[in-house]
Amino acid sequence: MNLIFEKSTPGRRGFRVPPSDVPSRAEIPQALRRTRDAELPEVSELEVVRHFTQLSQRNFSIDTHMYPLGSCTMKYNPRFLEDVAALEGFSRLHPLLPQLRGGGILTQGALQVLYEVAQWLCEITGMAQFSMQPLAGAHGELTGAMLIAAYHRFHGNRKTTVIIPDSAHGTNPASAAIAGYQVVAAPSNERGVLDPAHVKDLVNDQTAALMLTCPNTLGLFNRDIRTLADMVHAVGGLMYYDGANLNAIAGWARPGDLGFDVVQLNLHKTFATPHGGGGPGAGPVGVAEPLVPFLPTSVVVKRADGTYALEYDRKDSIGYVAPFYGNFGVILKAYAYMLALGREGLKRMAETAVLNANYLLARLRPHYKVPFDRRCMHEFVLSAAPQAKKGVKALDIAKGLIDRGIHPPTMYFPGIVPEALMIEPTETESKETLDAFVDAMIEIARLADEDPDALHRAPTTTPVGRLDEVAAARRLDVCFPLPDDAAQA
Amino acid sequence: MDFIPHTDAQRREMLEAIGAASAEDLFADIPPAMRAGELNLPAGHSEIWVRNHLEHLAAKNATHLTPFVGGGFYDHYVPSAVTAILRRGELYTAYTPYQAEASQGTLQAIYEYQTAICRLTGMEVANASLYDGGTALYEAAMMATRLTGRNKIVLDSGVNPIYRNMLHGYTRNLNVAFREVPTACGPTPRDQVEPFLDEETAAIVLQNPNFFGFIDDLADVVDMAHRVGALAVMSCYPISLGLVKTPGEMGVDIATGEGQSLGLPLSFGGPYLGFMATRKKFIRQMPGRLAGVTHDKEGRRGFVLTLQTREQHIRRQGATSNICTNEALCALAALVYLSLVGKEGLKEVAQLCADKAAYAAQRLDRIDGVSVHRAAPFFNEFVCDLPVYAGEIVSGLIEKGYAGGFPLAQYYPGMEKRLLVAVTEKRTREEIGAFAEALEGLL
Repeated sequence: MNLIFEKSTPGRRGFRVPPSDVPSRAEIPQALRRTRDAELPEVSELEVVRHFTQLSQRNFSIDTHMYPLGSCTMKYNPRFLEDVAALEGFSRLHPLLPQLRGGGILTQGALQVLYEVAQWLCEITGMAQFSMQPLAGAHGELTGAMLIAAYHRFHGNRKTTVIIPDSAHGTNPASAAIAGYQVVAAPSNERGVLDPAHVKDLVNDQTAALMLTCPNTLGLFNRDIRTLADMVHAVGGLMYYDGANLNAIAGWARPGDLGFDVVQLNLHKTFATPHGGGGPGAGPVGVAEPLVPFLPTSVVVKRADGTYALEYDRKDSIGYVAPFYGNFGVILKAYAYMLALGREGLKRMAETAVLNANYLLARLRPHYKVPFDRRCMHEFVLSAAPQAKKGVKALDIAKGLIDRGIHPPTMYFPGIVPEALMIEPTETESKETLDAFVDAMIEIARLADEDPDALHRAPTTTPVGRLDEVAAARRLDVCFPLPDDAAQA
Repeated sequence: MDFIPHTDAQRREMLEAIGAASAEDLFADIPPAMRAGELNLPAGHSEIWVRNHLEHLAAKNATHLTPFVGGGFYDHYVPSAVTAILRRGELYTAYTPYQAEASQGTLQAIYEYQTAICRLTGMEVANASLYDGGTALYEAAMMATRLTGRNKIVLDSGVNPIYRNMLHGYTRNLNVAFREVPTACGPTPRDQVEPFLDEETAAIVLQNPNFFGFIDDLADVVDMAHRVGALAVMSCYPISLGLVKTPGEMGVDIATGEGQSLGLPLSFGGPYLGFMATRKKFIRQMPGRLAGVTHDKEGRRGFVLTLQTREQHIRRQGATSNICTNEALCALAALVYLSLVGKEGLKEVAQLCADKAAYAAQRLDRIDGVSVHRAAPFFNEFVCDLPVYAGEIVSGLIEKGYAGGFPLAQYYPGMEKRLLVAVTEKRTREEIGAFAEALEGLL
């Protein structure tokens, strides 16, 4: 399919800019002007709409396909959330309005949303206060690591390390490193979780925090979590909860009760806001009481008279991690989703997510290797190592699923499982869809025995077949050349 | 209201297949002592109830005010086609395109977006997006420290004060030193900048137009940085690039910016879009995703995520950044916007913004006691001196139906009587005239 730039016809217009209605003309000297126009596409509005509609048809998405991408919680995104975020009373709101007068008297509705979402999240996680500012999960992790550093600095400590399990998302060690910490990798035991016996050797007075996903990326809940928390607290360290997998336990267990001090949540996972092809998300961070003074500037407070205000004067705050109040449009959608679910819906959400995952695990167990064979939470990891011995790798299975109308699970992660396929069905998939997924997986397992080449050829139903990633990196083309540059080349 | 499809009979069937007695049984791994009690949350509601509730809250926000506030975030027109494309479920309910063959729509759009940003900024390569203009600037500063092996950053005072605050906060635990150029309510003061640049400087961080709205040709400042082996980083306002000299033309090494003006609503601060573009030779130190061209066995062109070894899911603590989820849908909005307005339209939108700001400045200048700063040309935002406190005038203007500008004293102590006024293509001659009269009436 041609690029929008390749569809360009000089002189064609997609949008009519109105003529000026003012008598003035801006005097911008030639020296300050760009000398060459930005060579943007020259296309009609229909060409634009058709181009992007056709692009959309070259995508798998939740709306069109089952999307059991592990650790990403690809649940249904209810349509009314979009309408709510588009209400003009929210979408037209300038973020600097609260600074024009009275700390927010012009934005009471928006501040109430921010305040109430934070209250909900505190109740769900057992934290004392939340900041809605972080703009994505990894951004929340970085904010959490900065909060941990601020806490230790305040107490006169210069702790240097963060312990992170070998099964953790790559963002965990990256966030800790960017915040200035050395990362200590902790091994998972034969049950797939951190073992207090191993962790004991890693914890010392340099331990700033233990950073965990719970349940972890194998979909396993660690029964020793409180023992681990006690060990870390005993040396003055803090417990960090990566909420990527909160969908498993929301309403059933609270990180605060498990011994965690800092929690980041991904609203685009647990709280049904759309993933947008890779964002925007929202990664609010909650903390236990001792860390409240360090939360980012500003925080929303409720005054005695029932009005809401932004508090900027916080001397120990880590400052701004984002310019304003977070990805407000995303937060709004999460708020509407929470209101719809309520207390019972939230619990049923987690319960059904766990039911669906265990159902898939039970049905797939006879056909695939299960490296940690125990009851799972909201997701589980299979190993295609036996299939790989016959020449069918996890990658081939993934591509085979595409031909069967299913988005593949997360592949090759976590790295501690060879040929890993990480499967998270979420609570919004029906039994019929789950059964269709199982049927496809069983058929693929059978093909691995009988006709591996059929899988090596996959996918054959997509606009392009398997793409040469090595060539993409070797002959780097990440920007379509300008016509005259292309002529020169 | 939940979104769970199972019937009771299906639940029983599934539990049976699992070999569990009850749903409760599935949570056996969480010891009873670790279970949550009944959460103190309200019961669920219908879609109708939630919608009414949110309409009620939306009505409590003062969106009836005619906006003359900018400060880096502007009330530009969003064409309907942008919104319509973003509402396609195939695009907004997909995720990061790790499975290339099942994500060609998203991947091609990212490649086109990267191309559009390069053409807009005059740079060679752009990434697939960062969170916002502030985090993009922070990432650029960190990238400069890696590229130069130096740790000192010189910050121009014309850089958005919130962004500067963010840079300080993010680097608090790192070995990075900042030098801030003294505040000048005008273009970058060359004589003040030069003494700060030395052999330890990783980068100078600039903004054009700067926070006060002034536009500048900063090529000479970029040269100063290059002479000491430092890089030049510049935060830009993308609409202005329809007219003004690009970072590429000024020799800038890393260009960043806030993309909100390209088809995104103000939405009380987000979601927005951070863009970043740089030289091809720096690409391996650039954070964030990249889509690149490749082919399948049949020779068909396709797109994949490339140079992923820079990223956290491969490199873990050695990654160039921790970013994972970015602002893909916002980047798509920017691409659709730029495709719609096109080469000529972008120039016209920029010219219209500048013309209307020129008109507003003229009208305000005519008011007794008000004077517009004209130390350098401005784009669509300008500073005016008032005879009284700007904060009070803004309060009065709110009563009259205007978000009448940003009082600079909020960020710059000592500028109590200075007001920053922004004008976009959406403001009409009538609105501008009435605004000037309203302001005059308050003096």
